[in-house]
Amino acid sequence: MAEVRAEMVANVWKVLVSEGDHVDDGDTLVILESMKMEIPVLAEDVGTVTKLHVAEGDVVQEDDLIAEIG
Amino acid sequence: MFDSVLIANRGEIARRIIRTARRMGIRSIAVYSDADEGLPYVSEADEAVHLGPSAPAQSYLDAALLLDAARKTGAAAVHPGYGFLAESARFASAVSAAGLTWIGPSPDAIDRMGDKIRARNLMAAAGVPVAPGSSSPVADADAAVAEAERIGYPVMVKAAAGGGGIGMSAAYDDDELRKAFDTARTRAERFFGSPEILLERYLSRARHVEVQILGLADGRVLALGERDCSVQRRHQKVAEETPSPGISPELRAEMLAAAVRAGEAVGYRGAGTVECLVDAGEGTFVFLEMNTRLQVEHPVTELVTGIDLVEQQFLIAAGEPVSFDPSAPVAPHGHAIELRVYAEDPKRFLPSPGKISVWEEPSGPGVRVDSGYAAGTTVTPFYDPLLAKLCTYGATREEALERARLAVAAFRVEGPKTNLPFHAELLGNAEFVSGDYDTGLVSRMRQP
Repeated sequence: MAEVRAEMVANVWKVLVSEGDHVDDGDTLVILESMKMEIPVLAEDVGTVTKLHVAEGDVVQEDDLIAEIG
Repeated sequence: MFDSVLIANRGEIARRIIRTARRMGIRSIAVYSDADEGLPYVSEADEAVHLGPSAPAQSYLDAALLLDAARKTGAAAVHPGYGFLAESARFASAVSAAGLTWIGPSPDAIDRMGDKIRARNLMAAAGVPVAPGSSSPVADADAAVAEAERIGYPVMVKAAAGGGGIGMSAAYDDDELRKAFDTARTRAERFFGSPEILLERYLSRARHVEVQILGLADGRVLALGERDCSVQRRHQKVAEETPSPGISPELRAEMLAAAVRAGEAVGYRGAGTVECLVDAGEGTFVFLEMNTRLQVEHPVTELVTGIDLVEQQFLIAAGEPVSFDPSAPVAPHGHAIELRVYAEDPKRFLPSPGKISVWEEPSGPGVRVDSGYAAGTTVTPFYDPLLAKLCTYGATREEALERARLAVAAFRVEGPKTNLPFHAELLGNAEFVSGDYDTGLVSRMRQP
């Protein structure tokens, strides 16, 4: 089980995966936006998205859980 | 001269404008969003009006809220700063229609220069060199490929209504171009509300050099020297200097003359910037775009000319003569550099918002700091990452750089990560120190 966390305070601009999706290492899970920059959050492992903790429009704090990949 | 000004902006530039307004006896009115309530510019203004929530669309980009704030406070003029609504012809018209003085060029000049395709065509007609590129919007990826065939790779893909490097990317072949086109189109719609895209021949080892112009109330257009802005990451400027160490006196004279022609072609009034790309090896330049507003990096020009550009903006908007003799050529003295202190990590340049626990600015001879924050304030994710502009001046480039090294070492910020360590690295980089660098410098510094 891998946890994907936010590296910084940001707004969630796009969520590109759903729970149950299969993802490969390097796939973009969500795109955050902070300070006029888009920051893709990537899967760091192969697996299935078991849980998504954010929705588009949410604000995440540094270290907040974004997704779990099992 | 009008007696009051509403500053439709935030952070360091609002503070910068307040400073000159105060010196000139003009009452300053700040506006702020929820996120910015505690920033220094809000308390330093003579009056401050709360606009609304933190999202720019509900605060600094809402023309109706801004005009309402101006009406309630009896403001006589509006200064837009840079970014937000500074290059909105519609906002400029609305300000004038409300009976207020707009501190900027006419809506018509903003409009003609705001669209990069129109601006290119206009400049070519005025005898200003432009790079091979689109003279009308590129409809789709197939059309882009055909256009690139004509222009020649590599090409730069840009939003016609864009700015700030957003959505821009270079493509070296058809596949890259198709990808770049889609990205540019998505971002163009999202950030600029217009899907129009253009292509231009991309110069990979170019310098980015811009000319400060001033269109006077009597119609004359002056060039106040150039700024070299070739230190960039993600096509956004990180450091600027003047004079440019990479152009000859002959090329400088040609560029200044072309910038004046550019301003005259649109009947420009106020402060503006003509951005160019320079092929230093060939000794040639092409027009890139014109920014119809005060530029972020205007302080370096102020440091070498002794001219307060915000003061000239106020005077010109009021229909008065500028504060210096416009018939004598402006002769810059010495050398100035600006380092943009961003809330971002110094390696990957990723944003790093957060609460500032320690903030100690450097000071001393030849040091100027324009900052938007202080200890105890919070850098939020809603706006750009600019914390401060650290500028130094010296009789020579060497002296300006040495003062910059000391100032960077003395600047203490704790809380958010900042790019101050990057600036220390830049000031020790052999390529930068030699003066012989181009827009690829930062990527080369970050190559693994």
